[in-house]
Amino acid sequence: MTALAIDVHDLRKSFGSLKVVDGLSLQVPEGEICGFLGGNGSGKTTTIRILCGLLTPDGGGGTCLGLDLIRRAPEIRRQVGYMTQRFSFYGDLTVAENLEFVAELYEIPNRRRAISQVLERMGLAPRAAQLAGALSGGWKQRMALAACLLHAPRLLLLDEPTAGVDAKARREFWDLITDMAAEGMTVLVSTHYMDEAERCQRIIYLAGGRLVVQGTAEAVVRDAQMVAFEATGPDLEAALRRLRPDPGVDSAAIFGHVLHVAGTDREAVVRAIWQPENQAGLEWREAQPRLDDVFVHLLRQSEGMS
Amino acid sequence: MTRFSPARVLAVLRKESIQMRRDPATIGLTMILPLIQLFLFGYALNANPRHLPTALVSADHSRYERTVTAALANTGYFDIHPYPTVQEAQAALARGDVLFVLRIPPDFARSVDRGEKPSLLMEADATDPTAIAHATAAMTALNASVLNRDLPVSLQGEPVSPPYEAILHARYNPEQITALNIVPGLIGVVLSFSTMVITTLAITRERETGTMENLLAMPVRPVEVMLGKIVPYIGLGYAQTFLILAVAVLVFDVPVRGSVPLLLFALGVFIACNLALGFTFSTIATTQMQAQQLVQFALLPSFMLSGFLYPFYGMPAWARFIGEVLPLTHVLRICRGVLLKGNGLPEILPDLWPMALFAVAAGVVAAFSYHETLD
Ligand SMILES: Nc1ncnc2c1ncn2[C@@H]1O[C@H](COP(=O)(O)OP(=O)(O)O)[C@@H](O)[C@H]1O
Ligand SMILES: [Mg+2]
Repeated sequence: MTALAIDVHDLRKSFGSLKVVDGLSLQVPEGEICGFLGGNGSGKTTTIRILCGLLTPDGGGGTCLGLDLIRRAPEIRRQVGYMTQRFSFYGDLTVAENLEFVAELYEIPNRRRAISQVLERMGLAPRAAQLAGALSGGWKQRMALAACLLHAPRLLLLDEPTAGVDAKARREFWDLITDMAAEGMTVLVSTHYMDEAERCQRIIYLAGGRLVVQGTAEAVVRDAQMVAFEATGPDLEAALRRLRPDPGVDSAAIFGHVLHVAGTDREAVVRAIWQPENQAGLEWREAQPRLDDVFVHLLRQSEGMS
Repeated sequence: MTRFSPARVLAVLRKESIQMRRDPATIGLTMILPLIQLFLFGYALNANPRHLPTALVSADHSRYERTVTAALANTGYFDIHPYPTVQEAQAALARGDVLFVLRIPPDFARSVDRGEKPSLLMEADATDPTAIAHATAAMTALNASVLNRDLPVSLQGEPVSPPYEAILHARYNPEQITALNIVPGLIGVVLSFSTMVITTLAITRERETGTMENLLAMPVRPVEVMLGKIVPYIGLGYAQTFLILAVAVLVFDVPVRGSVPLLLFALGVFIACNLALGFTFSTIATTQMQAQQLVQFALLPSFMLSGFLYPFYGMPAWARFIGEVLPLTHVLRICRGVLLKGNGLPEILPDLWPMALFAVAAGVVAAFSYHETLD
């Protein structure tokens, strides 16, 4: 059995009367890439801040890297690399100066070598003398990741690291994360992108500060037991507008030239797409349910319950 | 727990210094601001204005009239403008165009020659008594000299003016004394303003740019952040001190009778007080705006109760008690003492230790008010 890098139970955090994290339990095995998903305001950032000791939970607890979340927060901080959602390095310092500052605060032995290694690995070496504030979004993210990696953490907490970054930079960023996980690092990464979620070994989905589902991507899709259909043809937008409000349809969206419709009740979905106006000119076939179908469905379910 | 690490203090210090260097505009401003204040206060707080507009209405054009008006003008307090009639002169006084109306009575020369001691009527706009206090004093003294000494001179023929001037200068030129009082005090006032204003940016800037979250996530302790952020500004504070002292000596003719290193040491303690206080404000405030307002809030009692604006021993006991706590009170006495009286360490010690105590206390408060989490 593998040890758990993150093992927390019943975490709670409120700001005023707003329950931001509401009885959250998470288990992340060591060496896995774990995708942290949920809409805006679902409590992802707050949870990550609790995990690295920046916020004290109102209730609950557990361990991070085997250390008690509350009593041993300073030790956890030394072994965790936390990349904030908003770029939070010094724009008026160069890339190298930022990294030197971080390396000095962590009292890293052999600073120069550690910095040049991480610059090399991130492909940042040619930009070492540039002011961090002058970097483009993608390079900023890389610099932030480089700074998180300097002290060789065992756990990476990445808060929407690829938000607002172009597709190529995103792919490269993920290649780096995947490499590092292969070397034994645990990664918890929050994201809104489904393609990124699909690259994770494990998925945690939050809504309103509560856990909606956690597990591997395949298990999450399998356990939801959904069916999906896809259509191609003219005027998909009109069909989408008709199908979205249908009670039998949980999720409907257009991907390129394909209309994708999913639900949990096969008969209800079939009934919806068999409406004559949804058949006109459209060609339907059964498809694999997608991860976001499951999330939309689970989100509706959890909203219906509360 | 993480142990205190001088290396991390150095890291923060180095980072702050780089940021300071990359922002020459702010540095320039922090150097210019004290200068502007020094000149503004140094001249504006001058309670002894000169060259006050004065209307002259003469009913007797004589050499005595010329003697008197020339002597008045020579005091430097009066700028004489002739007016044809009393009515016009008084209207000008009412409008505030002139502050004085001087009337030369008819037969002034003849009366003087006869030894009748004719009186010169000087009307003054007394709405601001302090504005005219020195001028009227000079006028009174001049009257006496003119009447006492003009008689024998007038009998000989030509009046001589230089001797009166010499006498007046010796006895009535308090202007220098005013400047001497104000400028050493200004060193403390200006320094407290400029140093506190920069440190309030220390933490609020990290917070507003979002770098605070990262700083907190790294293993650096509050004391280390505080020291690393305060020390570079002590350097800046000293640069300001040199500038202010230079202007005080070169422009305002403040003498330096005591030891400059001693003064610099005392000012260093004072700067540390302000920086620690500014740092505390910047940890409490969420925005730079709020931090600045806290500074204003702290400076006001300092201005009022330190003995800078009002004589310290003229204040009631409770106000003096508050005043004794404020670092500005002590640095004011030290500056005046060292510069004007040539005081040494034994004389300034009673003012030095309360300030040192304040610096330490403020430092502790600053370190504790810095939270290690975002809650
Ligand atoms: N320091 C705070 N004070 C008050 N409300 C906060 C604070 N931090 C977060 N929130 C609120 O908590 C909710 C969850 O925020 P967050 O954890 O940032 O969500 P996410 O990262 O999933 O978008 C939001 O509604 C946000 O406004
Ligand atoms: Mg967030």
